[in-house]
Amino acid sequence: MKTTTLAALGLATTIATTATAEDIRVGLLLPYSGVYAALGNEIDAGFELGLEQFGSETDATFEIVREDTEVKPPVALGKAKKLILQENVDVIAGIVSSGVLGAVRDMVHGAAVPLIVANAGNDGATGADCSPFITRMSFSNGQVNRPMGTWMYEQGVRKVYTLAPDYAAGRQMIDAFEATFTAAGGEIVGQDFTPFQKTQDFGPYLTHAKSSGADAVYVFYAGGEAISFVKQYDSFGLKPELPLYGSGFLTSSLYVNAQGPAAEGVIAVSHYVPTIENDANAKFVDGFTANVGRAPSEFAVQGYDAARALIEATKAGATDRASLANALRQVTFDGPRGTLSIDPATNNIVQPIYTYETVARADGLTQKVLAQLPSEADPANGCVMDPVSN
Amino acid sequence: MITDLGFWTLQALNALQLSMLLFLLSVGLTVIFGLMHFVNLAHGALYALGAYFAASVAAMWGYWAALLLAPVAVAGVGVLLYSGFIQRMRKSGPMAQVLVTFGLIFVLLDMTRIVWGDLPLAIEVPAMLGGRLAVLGVEYPTYRVFIIVLGLVVLGGLAFVLGRTQIGAMIRAGVDNDEMAACLGINVERLFFCVFCVGCALAGLAGVVAAPLLSVSPDMSLQILIPTLIVIVIGGLCLLQRGVAGALLFGFVQTFGAVLAPQLSSVLIYALLAAVLVIKPVGLFPAKG
Repeated sequence: MKTTTLAALGLATTIATTATAEDIRVGLLLPYSGVYAALGNEIDAGFELGLEQFGSETDATFEIVREDTEVKPPVALGKAKKLILQENVDVIAGIVSSGVLGAVRDMVHGAAVPLIVANAGNDGATGADCSPFITRMSFSNGQVNRPMGTWMYEQGVRKVYTLAPDYAAGRQMIDAFEATFTAAGGEIVGQDFTPFQKTQDFGPYLTHAKSSGADAVYVFYAGGEAISFVKQYDSFGLKPELPLYGSGFLTSSLYVNAQGPAAEGVIAVSHYVPTIENDANAKFVDGFTANVGRAPSEFAVQGYDAARALIEATKAGATDRASLANALRQVTFDGPRGTLSIDPATNNIVQPIYTYETVARADGLTQKVLAQLPSEADPANGCVMDPVSN
Repeated sequence: MITDLGFWTLQALNALQLSMLLFLLSVGLTVIFGLMHFVNLAHGALYALGAYFAASVAAMWGYWAALLLAPVAVAGVGVLLYSGFIQRMRKSGPMAQVLVTFGLIFVLLDMTRIVWGDLPLAIEVPAMLGGRLAVLGVEYPTYRVFIIVLGLVVLGGLAFVLGRTQIGAMIRAGVDNDEMAACLGINVERLFFCVFCVGCALAGLAGVVAAPLLSVSPDMSLQILIPTLIVIVIGGLCLLQRGVAGALLFGFVQTFGAVLAPQLSSVLIYALLAAVLVIKPVGLFPAKG
């Protein structure tokens, strides 16, 4: 009797799984409160738009469960557990902070749940800590900054002073730039790492940079710090004699208007700006502007492409955790950023990188693309992973 | 080492500018604590509110209107806080006060997020404060000179009111012995209420002044809380002169620390704090008597 019931139960479960196979449960793990709430909402809007524009290409339907990480690693770990064990999601997407990614990494790896990273850029996440279940659709810190060293040298810049906040991302971005810039023949004449999120006044560092004899300053700052930095750089009148270059987050379209005229003429390097000219980007910018009322940022495109990657994976026939993880590693498509693919050696995205200048137009500040630099896969950085199985 | 005199002049001006910003912020808190023995940790949140009000007002009527109206609006919030919480908490001991006002930080933070959104806002500096001035042989941003001057004006004004006027005498009497002052016919409760509102307005003023320099974002209240508390602990909690001394010490240690020992800059100020607490726990410039 008991055996029969169990067998019946087993059968029922099997039937249930098959019946809902086309329904993919997606856990969106993003900060909806705390210092990165703006980025969380931006990625969420991009993700929604991706499902809206491409959802009809696949037979699968998507059901979204949202959880707020509050940008706190322990909270995020709890929420990831809830998504995996209680909500029983097939795939998780999101993660803004690399600290949060580090906290949930072992959990998703151990539970064999595919995770699409939609921001967190820590090089190590697709390096020594890589996992066949973690696919990154955003960028890695090194990837965005590496091409800039060579490019700036080609533009005639020889001596550079660097500035960045003193935490892992700041150091990875500057190190990647420094490596290619010095390899090309340039010289770093000085650098400072400012206390992360504790620096209100950049005056002392700017005065230091001014007296260093550099041709240009290269920095990485993001969010509130980027706004303060760009405005203070301009107020000291440094721009004409000491041009400001930076990692693209410095003058992100998300907050460039808060920087105002101070951002004019700043040259930055990014994996996305809303003014890239291609059909896929035109479709994305139109859709996003219609939904949100302003142009999308690099964070929005990361959410959008995360949704697109998921759709591509289901088109390839993926239906559950294991098949999704496997399919996500082979995704490739032409998106707003150009041709994207996943490097099977690290599961990091391979994408073109753009240099752009912030310029003033009648309707506000916009980004003028200066050059498209070729796509390069990151070095493996100690990542050892099984090859993709078919 | 850099031997150019202009470099050091610039850094000294940077230090002075930071000191004045911190002074504007901490003076409200010191005055409230000095006179009312009330620990108001939500002071930083009032500073953030000042910046947000300024961003809204400046968008409509420009910066000068914001400089006038935002502190008044923050004082208005102060009135609400006073009648809602502070009045009831006056006698309930520092622990309860710290807990309630710490909670208020998060309530106000989320309210700014709901009203103004998550994206940082900006205020443009008016044209006449936009350029650079030649000061002591170096070019220095006019707006930073403005902050230094404003700080000195507020300092002078407060010193005058507290030291030379009837109201100042009443406030000092209330601080020394509030029961005796009440017996002499001074309405101590009303006096404290006014002092609290002025303290809030000063926090709002600091917010307006800081807004064009920094960005107006929801987390600015949390970023500024620790530096303000350090200023107060170093200076010694009481009246004006000590708040100034604490702010100057903080500004100069922070700025020259960042120049001379960048690796240590974030630690230096805490080392100074620890040293003060060990050697002179009442603050470097304690109240007499």
